[in-house]
Amino acid sequence: MCIAVPARIESLDGQQGVVDVGGGVLLPVNLSLIEEPAVGDYIIVHAGFGIQKMDKARAQEALEMLKALTDMDDDPDSVPSLQEN
Amino acid sequence: MTINLVPYSDAVTAARLAEKIFRAATRPLRLMEVCGTHTTAIFRHGIRSLLPKEIELISGPGCPVCVTSQGDIDAFIALCARPNIISAVFGDMVKVPGSQSSLAAERAKGADIRVVYSPLDAVELAARNPLKDVVFWGVGFETTGPAVAGAVLAAKGRKLKNFSVYCSLKLIPPALNTLFCESNNTINGLLCPGHVSVITGLAVYEPIARRFKLPCVVAGFLPVDILQGILMLVIQAQQGRAMVENAYGRFVGAHGNALARQVLETVFETCDAPWRGLGKVPGSGLCFKGDFSLFDAAGRFGLAPKRGRKPKGCCCAEVLKGQMMPYSCPLYKKVCTPQNPVGPCMVSGEGACAAHFRYS
Repeated sequence: MCIAVPARIESLDGQQGVVDVGGGVLLPVNLSLIEEPAVGDYIIVHAGFGIQKMDKARAQEALEMLKALTDMDDDPDSVPSLQEN
Repeated sequence: MTINLVPYSDAVTAARLAEKIFRAATRPLRLMEVCGTHTTAIFRHGIRSLLPKEIELISGPGCPVCVTSQGDIDAFIALCARPNIISAVFGDMVKVPGSQSSLAAERAKGADIRVVYSPLDAVELAARNPLKDVVFWGVGFETTGPAVAGAVLAAKGRKLKNFSVYCSLKLIPPALNTLFCESNNTINGLLCPGHVSVITGLAVYEPIARRFKLPCVVAGFLPVDILQGILMLVIQAQQGRAMVENAYGRFVGAHGNALARQVLETVFETCDAPWRGLGKVPGSGLCFKGDFSLFDAAGRFGLAPKRGRKPKGCCCAEVLKGQMMPYSCPLYKKVCTPQNPVGPCMVSGEGACAAHFRYS
């Protein structure tokens, strides 16, 4: 089962870390699969391992793409256009 | 670093996306999700109730428990009953019915079966039980493979001789290729698995999009993630495009997680693997590489999976290929329930049958 919500790295000790998975619940996590993890990074945790950290620039782009997709216009028949980059 | 996930669970944003989907969906479209967590999230968030009748959501072979072959299930159940073995498994595997027994039944008879959250927990079990053999059942896709490889490396580093893995790990793209080669494919778009794609990146879906002229969109698991993915698929289909697009940019990049793949490829190599419903799929499995075969439980204990017997009347094979809806199976809700599952699609929380049962 994949976990939809990312966890925040609270502390680091070599390849081991502790993450806050929400609401202050802390879990140990192995960080050997992530490049340069740092306290404060938001990561996806799967089966006890961090498998990716959030890319801040891409996260911002993604939010802007979502905003563009959900911008409402007056033309009820319009279809949003979206071209990948 | 701050993170703003609020828009991805925001009701107004979801409603706007749903409205856009209503406008864009001008013809019937069958969209397949290939991730058990998407299957569950679609039910849990009531996504179907937000969609026009033109959009049909179909579950594909994205539940790792469901696609595990009967032969692998039988082989592992037989292993767990041997003396001096501690079996370490993900929780979903315990109730999966084998041809003759299940892990739950074997545990009731005295087998030592532990549910673990991480393969690292199994490594720890091996360290604490030096006189026992600890066997971890590796079940999962690209998301889980690096974690299992990481655990094997950890066991090697700790020089643990009593740790091994029965490897049923699988890769999604080869299975999709096999699925869509079947002549009765009627799928118009693919909602690609978010966390598989975290590891693989986007390019693995390009051959599928091209070969089968199938729009592909990678999506996350929050309600807005899924609606956004569906909208992007509908737009592609309406515009006659079949490309790989990304609705999960905050965690999925073009190139995936190279470090995780490097760890995976240190320990495993690809091999042919049996899938429930799809048969043997070339290059879709992970097998131990070189000296790491010392950690292979199949070799260590001489396990040779036989062709397992499909539970009588069970339609899991058709369900996980999207060829049958769970409620069309003659066993659904009559004899097959989460309390008394006949097939794995009713066992796993990510199985299409279990999700239909719980949320419909």
